[in-house]
Amino acid sequence: MSAWLEGALERAEKIEDWLAPQRSESLSQLKNIPWPTRKTEAWKYFSLRPVEDSSFSQAAANQDVTVEQIADLDSLDLVFVDGRLEMGSDALPEGLRIVSLVDASVDEQAIAQQIFTKVKPARHVFGLVNDVLASDGVLIDVAEGAVIDTPIRIVNIHSEGVESHTRVLVRLANNAKLSVIEQCDSQAEGLSTVFSEYLLGDEAELEHYRFALQSGAAINIGGCHFSLANKTQLNSTLIGFGSKLARLDVDVAHNGQHAFAKMNAVYLLDTGELFDLHSCIEHAQPHGTTEENVRGIVGDRSRAVFNGRIHIHRDAQKTLAELNNRNLLLSDRAEINTKPELEIYADDVRCAHGATVAEIDKKALYYLQSRGIDKAHAQVMLNFGFINELVDDMPNEALAEWLRPQLRARFASMEVQ
Amino acid sequence: MLKIENLHASVEEKNILKGLNLEVKPGEVHAIMGPNGAGKSTMGYVLSGREGYEVEQGSATLNGVDLLELEAEERARAGLFLAFQYPVEIPGVSNMEFMKAAVDAAREERGEEALSSAEFLKLAKAACKQVNLPLAFLKRGVNEGFSGGEKKRNEIMQMLLLQPKVCILDESDSGLDIDALQVVAEGVNSQRSDDRSFIVVTHYQRLLDYIKPDFVHVLSEGKIVRSGDASLALELEEQGYAWLTEQRAADEV
Repeated sequence: MSAWLEGALERAEKIEDWLAPQRSESLSQLKNIPWPTRKTEAWKYFSLRPVEDSSFSQAAANQDVTVEQIADLDSLDLVFVDGRLEMGSDALPEGLRIVSLVDASVDEQAIAQQIFTKVKPARHVFGLVNDVLASDGVLIDVAEGAVIDTPIRIVNIHSEGVESHTRVLVRLANNAKLSVIEQCDSQAEGLSTVFSEYLLGDEAELEHYRFALQSGAAINIGGCHFSLANKTQLNSTLIGFGSKLARLDVDVAHNGQHAFAKMNAVYLLDTGELFDLHSCIEHAQPHGTTEENVRGIVGDRSRAVFNGRIHIHRDAQKTLAELNNRNLLLSDRAEINTKPELEIYADDVRCAHGATVAEIDKKALYYLQSRGIDKAHAQVMLNFGFINELVDDMPNEALAEWLRPQLRARFASMEVQ
Repeated sequence: MLKIENLHASVEEKNILKGLNLEVKPGEVHAIMGPNGAGKSTMGYVLSGREGYEVEQGSATLNGVDLLELEAEERARAGLFLAFQYPVEIPGVSNMEFMKAAVDAAREERGEEALSSAEFLKLAKAACKQVNLPLAFLKRGVNEGFSGGEKKRNEIMQMLLLQPKVCILDESDSGLDIDALQVVAEGVNSQRSDDRSFIVVTHYQRLLDYIKPDFVHVLSEGKIVRSGDASLALELEEQGYAWLTEQRAADEV
């Protein structure tokens, strides 16, 4: 056992709050689960040494934070500084409740307990770490039928040299509607885990964004986990940059019938960065639909891992599921490990999956060149277009407008080699 | 202006052009007609520099510049424009971004400054209106989800913005209804001038009712077998291409 893990387990024993029953359950799982090595399938592409060797401060740095505003976006902002929640004092619209886990009332604790560790599968070892160490977090609860027009933006800020753990719990009651933006753009050397669980009711609609824009020496491990009920609609967009070690696990469970999940993901990696995305879609009930589109551009010496699993249970007849992963390699030294997996136990379903690692579309290149655009510029336009297609698909135009220049700037620094 | 001499070209080792000769002088409109597989589209691809089209013999010059030595983008900058029969869809690249990059490249070639976004938007809006496309099409991905007719009009919009010297229209009338056909023809006619020439490739005389050609050529088996004035198109419309077979048979004897 690494010194870091020993320390983490020790610290976990000391946290005593109303989540203690769940935390101690996770703690015993964490003690029993074999710690991942390069031989563990889900972690085989890189070593966890950067985590195991880490010895960052557990104390949140005292820093004044200013959160960049997004033009034309009127959002309710929640800021986690090194895992500690700082809430604004905005008046909340009717039907929306936002409370820090530290301040939750008895009745809010009861809601949180329905979500905490209930949506996120226990197999995620860092999810368990987060269970036992995230002493702060937020509960967002939307009442039945409430339509919340103002998006909630959760910004994670990480200081240099700090280890932090953040938890987000969201419940949408039946017919509720909400938009949540989870954002992290840390470059600071440090270790953070950010896990969020979404429990979505019948006919609830969630528009979800996770901008995992970490870079540099940041070690960032996280997860987004969704439970869908009958006719739930989920539209999720994930944008990932790479860093020293960036890993994200996404789980969607179709626990009701006729649910719809649209999952778009983009990763854009440069230099020696690493980004590992694992997604798992569980179709447990009939008539569910999943459309998953994952696209990545990997340049220089960077490494991307995509593992996308769709599991269609025996009862999940009439499922429609599509998983597509397309990658562009900009250099000979870049590496992409992609593995789409379909596991189907129902006989009346329509499923498709595919993964490609490709170069640019020659016909499109010729078309642009035939208009006088030089080849190098045309290649940049096409590469950017390849990911921009999914950015165009984001329902929130203000967010797309905010994101494009950042992607463009990152893209411009990536050389085609 | 454009001079094609004894051009032989092949694609995937199949000879398509077999000694094409054509001279287009400034301000002229030439129509090229002919049966399927005659090499009409190949001519456009070879001249514009599409990969995979090998020139084996002959020459093509634009105002004395050897086109065949240039990259595709350099040919465009030299003033050649090909309106495609099947324009490519490029999702993720907006029409606006694409056309601005093209116009900026043309301006750079002429030693002019790139336009500001506002200046370009003004031009683009005017061109968009002229071809009767909704302004929203400027924001959409290049040709993404456009109908056949909308793609053709988008090609003409690009032509209006780029102001080329020689325009090759490859079946710009195919799949168009009468209204769209008129829009395309008006776009072309608005650009006719003493220093701009057109090669109109078409299967149908109908387009030539709107775009009056100075010359009509029949392309068959990779070369021009007959040339005439606008009345030749009417004749072809009535007679079809059966006479070509007869002529070939006679030639072989």
